[in-house]
Amino acid sequence: MQIYRAHILVCGGTGCVSSNSERIMSEFEAQLNNNNLQSEVKVVKTGCFGLCAKGPIIIVYPEGCMYTMVKVEDIKEIVEEHLLKGRIVKRLLEGSDKDQNEDASLDSTEFFKKQMRIALRNCGVINPEVIEEYIAFDGYKALAKVLTEMTPEEVVNTVKSSGLRGRGGGGFPTGTKWDFTAKAKDDQKYVACNADEGDPGAFMDRSVLEGDPHSLLEAMAIAGYAIGANQGYIYVRAEYPIAVKRLNIAISQAREYGLLGKNIFGTDFSFDIEIRLGAGAFVCGEETALLTSIEGRRGEPRPRPPFPAIKGLWNKPTLLNNVETYANIPQIILKGAEWFAGIGTEKSKGTKVFAVGGNINNTGLVEVPMGTTLKEVVYDIGGGIPNGKKFKAAQTGGPSGGCIPASHIDTPIEYDTLIQLGSMMGSGGLIVMDEDTCMVDIAKFFLEFTVDESCGKCPPCRIGTKRMLEILERITEGKGCEEDLTKLEILAKNIKAAALCGLGQTAPNPVLSTMKYFKDEYLAHVNDKKCPAGVCKSMMQYVISAERCKSCGICAKACPVGCISGEKKVPYVIDNDKCVKCGACMEKCPFKAVFKNV
Amino acid sequence: MKSVAELEEIRKKTLEKISLRTNADGYRVVVGMATCGIAAGARPVMTAFVEELSKRNISNSNVTMTGCIGVCRLEPVVDVIEPNGNKVTYVNMTPEKAVRVVAEHIINGRACLEYTISYEDKK
Repeated sequence: MQIYRAHILVCGGTGCVSSNSERIMSEFEAQLNNNNLQSEVKVVKTGCFGLCAKGPIIIVYPEGCMYTMVKVEDIKEIVEEHLLKGRIVKRLLEGSDKDQNEDASLDSTEFFKKQMRIALRNCGVINPEVIEEYIAFDGYKALAKVLTEMTPEEVVNTVKSSGLRGRGGGGFPTGTKWDFTAKAKDDQKYVACNADEGDPGAFMDRSVLEGDPHSLLEAMAIAGYAIGANQGYIYVRAEYPIAVKRLNIAISQAREYGLLGKNIFGTDFSFDIEIRLGAGAFVCGEETALLTSIEGRRGEPRPRPPFPAIKGLWNKPTLLNNVETYANIPQIILKGAEWFAGIGTEKSKGTKVFAVGGNINNTGLVEVPMGTTLKEVVYDIGGGIPNGKKFKAAQTGGPSGGCIPASHIDTPIEYDTLIQLGSMMGSGGLIVMDEDTCMVDIAKFFLEFTVDESCGKCPPCRIGTKRMLEILERITEGKGCEEDLTKLEILAKNIKAAALCGLGQTAPNPVLSTMKYFKDEYLAHVNDKKCPAGVCKSMMQYVISAERCKSCGICAKACPVGCISGEKKVPYVIDNDKCVKCGACMEKCPFKAVFKNV
Repeated sequence: MKSVAELEEIRKKTLEKISLRTNADGYRVVVGMATCGIAAGARPVMTAFVEELSKRNISNSNVTMTGCIGVCRLEPVVDVIEPNGNKVTYVNMTPEKAVRVVAEHIINGRACLEYTISYEDKK
């Protein structure tokens, strides 16, 4: 057996791969060879650590020290200093007190302190392309347990009493869903996984698929046993190439070990999984559209009932859960329903993974117990808002969700409180917005997305959202009137009531919730023709302060349309008839003399 | 996969390989690897520790490096930190001595006194 004295874990998630982590790995191999360390130190590719803003991320064991924002040029130093001489390269360490913090291990960083990792437990710990490493961390033990010690009913009851709810958006009790599907009578049933993560800014499921694909396979097999299915399908978007690749590797390794296939663990339970690639339609994240797409037909939703638990794939009972939901299952089986039910709040059990983005310092993935307040996520884990700006609102649930304003920042995050606030848990996208964000513009952005992604099957969604968008465009162009707001509200309510599927039913949410909390901003747009945040271009002007202007002429050079004029010793002026409001002058001015006039 | 026992076997075997990443509850071997240590031959000593630990399947112990502690004349210096936190400092180490330290100290829990710094001082 080969024992290494050090392991270098390099993040191989999409975020870090795009910031060059693959080259970093090969550079490590090269430098280790140069220093003759290849037999002492092992380089391991692993999944997402969550701190994507500071990628590429590297962790060196046994010290467990975390290097962030590592560049290819830094590798030589890490190898020669840390691995050859045992001196930690402090300047690359994560954590504020780099000077004293000799053992800057992961758990001591602000980012990880308040987190609790269940769904992401193996991400950044194991090599996702090596099944043995998954097994080493109790992988497939839960499957062994259910097959050899539990009846299908016991499995369903365990999931039920754990209180786990769907992590994909709706928050439907998972155990109840399993129960329905288990009780449906048919000769053939299916297990399906929704890995068609489509919310803008959300990437929780991708991280699980990339960092711990086996946990999904194991959970699906457990589900298969519980409901009486022998075939599973993972519907994953083709835009996640790394996830698809690792899933494929995982499936073939599991088949090789007989953890998928016939007579698993010598029992008469057989189960196999296939992958189906989605072509990138947002509506295919809706369950009936997803199942239709797996069948090979155009991904359009259909009315429910019948629910998939009764008539799903090819009209057979089908259990459909989201990736993160499945990722919790093996732990629930191993540690027990009581353990899981002991985490979180009364009605929301366990943890939730959030993809935190927008105006926040630590962009990335966090997993926190349910009931953690928004404030803790934004300030303690997220590191606060960049450039000392004020927190204005957080958007959860993507295009189906809504905004939580600053006045509710102490709200514990759980399914029901978010719904009360007019937002929703959604799949876990959490977009933080600072004071420079125009809420009307945000509502318009999300509506543009849903208009684009509407499949067109039902008129409320196809025509209704389009009309709403037109009104919003009018408002942001300064051509709206107060009556438009009433119209928006009526339309929104009608679409919610009449649309066929979740996409349409939730599409008006971003508009409704911003209108609820930021009505004054809408009124400023329609009555005063002003955008208080200075985002809507038609309602603001760039002006140069005559006092501050030093007549350097940099702004005039930066202006793409040549609308800034001036001469030495005379302050420059912007011709607002020609100005296209690109903001280049403001960005370039060394004296901060260019202002937005709202 | 025919049985749960088979799974357990893979689990144990792999866990040994990656125990570095879990919290090791065994001995920590810290080799002084500053210029003085390397010049005095610390690298073969460290390699000997790594090889001997692998040979004997001791996976809960790990070998790390540190800088110079100041007694350059006694290099290579190796600290063996016991699970209870006690530290034994070995000096003038060689690969052969390393093999003995693994066998006597890390496996049997008896420090090799004649290699230690206090023994050297009394000479």
